[in-house]
Amino acid sequence: MPSVCFYFQVHQPYRIRKYTFFDIGKENAYFDGDGENNLNNRFIMQKVAKKCYIPTNKLLFKLLKNHPEFRFTFSFSGIVLEQMERYAPEALESFRDLISTGRVEVLGETYYHSLAFMYSKKEFREQVEMNREKIKKLFSVEPRVFRCTELAYSNEIAKEAEEMGFKAILGEGADRVLGWRSPNFVYKPVNSNIKLFLKNYRLSDDIAFRFSEKKWKEHPLTAEKFGKWVSDVNGNGEVVNLFMDYETFGEHQWEETGIFRFLERLPEEVLRHPDNDFATLSEGSERYDARDVVDVPHVTSWADMERDLSAWVGNDMQQDALCKLYEIEEDVLATKDEEMIDQWRRFQTSDQVYYMSTKGMGDGTVHGYFSPYGSPYDAFICFFNALSDFKLRVSEKKNIKK
Amino acid sequence: MKKRVLMFGWELPPHNSGGLGIACYGLSKALTEKKREIIFVLPKKLENTDSDFLKIVDPGVSYKRTYKFNSPLYPYVTERKYNSTFFNLQEVYGNNLLEEVLRYAEFGAVVAEEEEFDVIHAHDWLSFGAGINAKRKSGKPLVAHIHATEFDRGGGEGVNDIVYRLEKDGMEQADKVIAVSNFTKNIIVKHYGISPEKIEVVHNGVDSSGEASVFSLPHKIKEEGKKLVLFVGRLTLQKGPDYFLKAAKKICAYSDDIYFVISGSGEMEQFLIEETAKERLSDRIIFTGFLRGTELKEIYRMADLFVMPSVSEPFGITPLESLVNGTPVLISKQSGVSEVISHALKVDFWNVDDMADKILAALSYNSLSHCLVEHGRKEAVEATWNNAAKKCINIYDAL
Repeated sequence: MPSVCFYFQVHQPYRIRKYTFFDIGKENAYFDGDGENNLNNRFIMQKVAKKCYIPTNKLLFKLLKNHPEFRFTFSFSGIVLEQMERYAPEALESFRDLISTGRVEVLGETYYHSLAFMYSKKEFREQVEMNREKIKKLFSVEPRVFRCTELAYSNEIAKEAEEMGFKAILGEGADRVLGWRSPNFVYKPVNSNIKLFLKNYRLSDDIAFRFSEKKWKEHPLTAEKFGKWVSDVNGNGEVVNLFMDYETFGEHQWEETGIFRFLERLPEEVLRHPDNDFATLSEGSERYDARDVVDVPHVTSWADMERDLSAWVGNDMQQDALCKLYEIEEDVLATKDEEMIDQWRRFQTSDQVYYMSTKGMGDGTVHGYFSPYGSPYDAFICFFNALSDFKLRVSEKKNIKK
Repeated sequence: MKKRVLMFGWELPPHNSGGLGIACYGLSKALTEKKREIIFVLPKKLENTDSDFLKIVDPGVSYKRTYKFNSPLYPYVTERKYNSTFFNLQEVYGNNLLEEVLRYAEFGAVVAEEEEFDVIHAHDWLSFGAGINAKRKSGKPLVAHIHATEFDRGGGEGVNDIVYRLEKDGMEQADKVIAVSNFTKNIIVKHYGISPEKIEVVHNGVDSSGEASVFSLPHKIKEEGKKLVLFVGRLTLQKGPDYFLKAAKKICAYSDDIYFVISGSGEMEQFLIEETAKERLSDRIIFTGFLRGTELKEIYRMADLFVMPSVSEPFGITPLESLVNGTPVLISKQSGVSEVISHALKVDFWNVDDMADKILAALSYNSLSHCLVEHGRKEAVEATWNNAAKKCINIYDAL
């Protein structure tokens, strides 16, 4: 004890291209931006594969070989896997290599990285099922642990996960959830009989956000130092849940920051203490009992200081976008047009509304996200122009059927 | 502490032709609220400018000694140079302007001898000569406040040499330069060779008192569910009304429910009206002439979107006025106000397609315009003259 549970989120949305009011009624390739810019999904996927996925996978593969105790966990959105198949097959191949070692777990989530659980349970389950099938097909493994988009968690989501057959679920170790309790134990949701793993946000964010922050008093963060922090949990915890975006390695934290050298040394520094080890989430849930029950009636997430969903549903534009999107669910599904249903689901990807967030604007604090749009207003305009066209097409289909 | 400020301006409301007079008024008022005394000097007698908080001085003042100032000579200009540049200046700025500027410079020296003050604050090139002379007479420090440069006014169509040199001279002789935005500071560094350390940025404010209850006035056009897009500004190249017209044209071909209002006057007025007529859009694009006071406020409130397509805008108070009146704004990225308002739609002034797209989006999607107003209004209300005055006082006291 403790077991370090690494979980890396692998996801890329289908960004909506610069879609103008004048394109409505004329153009329906919403996600096919071109040129060397951040609205070109192929360009981004290839860039991220080169800077993050391929080099990090290579390093992790080496670490698995050198340290028989090393374990970790991935979660993939279906649409990142699709884009890899299409634009970066080499990256996908290297993920396969890792997973086929049997020491790398894959979690369950929604195929479209959506917030559907808030708006349509039916759609939510459908997307979780789609993702399960995709994972099975590509990696020949069956997800047994669930994580919801943006680490969203509540009693209700836990119940859904249990009903869908998952053995455990992930959440944010937010202070208002835990109070005086430590995230370094396994918990149980108040209303369901599965295990709950809560993110240790201090240690996770030390790597994901503060690693290259020169003003941080712990900068530069060495593997040795971090290994000691993990060892400090001994006697007062059983798991250390390090949850982060996989793009932390090489994309959010550039190679020049030394992030790869840090990762390379980390397993040996953690294992230096004989009581420490690594575990996948499934292993962790088998090994450790739930020590207490947590009650989370309101949704938490891993974003911002608030650790809620305000970065996705915090303003009028975001609420309007989601509301208009889910209000056409039945009509879209009734078209039975696979391409249109796929497009509708791409609009649901949480990143689309995240780009519209106005949090922290104007007060000098930069919201720590990377938006490919000039402003939240530009993001909203592209989204709504494209959605307006999409809605016209849906009602055309509906009228033809009548 | 420098208590008494000798301030040289050119105009004050209600005799303003644009933002300069409004800015001088707003800043002076806020300064007096902070216990600074302002002696506000004008180049000529204006009616109805009496103010309870300013001591206004103009050439009609009766000092004990008598002065004669009517020589239109400027110490830095040779006669030949004077004739040629003066001629150009007349074309751009109208008759007698340079003469007025030179007479004003002389008056500056007179005022400096008669009045008691601790610091001199001069607004734009028209008053720099007066400011410099006042500094020479009194030895008090001079602050040159740049609200616009010759590079903005031309809209990229050439720079008047004599104005340029008056501006540069003013900034060089000044002990400190105030720029209304970083946008303007960059121009000053780049084109006038002034050291960035000598320049402080003080953003303009807006007077939002009395604007608390925002309401929309009933109007025939609005009653029929039509939407209204508003331009307010001088009709000159600098303000980009031609780009507004191009975007309007594009939108009119697309939708019948959108009207455009162009409010202001200037040398491009005739051209713009003729263009509109040529396109047979005179019923959709309405020219109101120059509006002020209640009428201006009403038109702001009637509009569904305010557009400021300026080619080069040192600051731009109009978007703030629009926001405090509850109307969202689309502004050009080539503006200083863009540094103050993040909750605005922003375009490059030349990108007419993008402008048209965003105008249509703002008029079509209610949640978008709601968000823009709700947050933008807060930013506008926070942009107060009080903040600007605080910064000015720090600058005075550090001299």
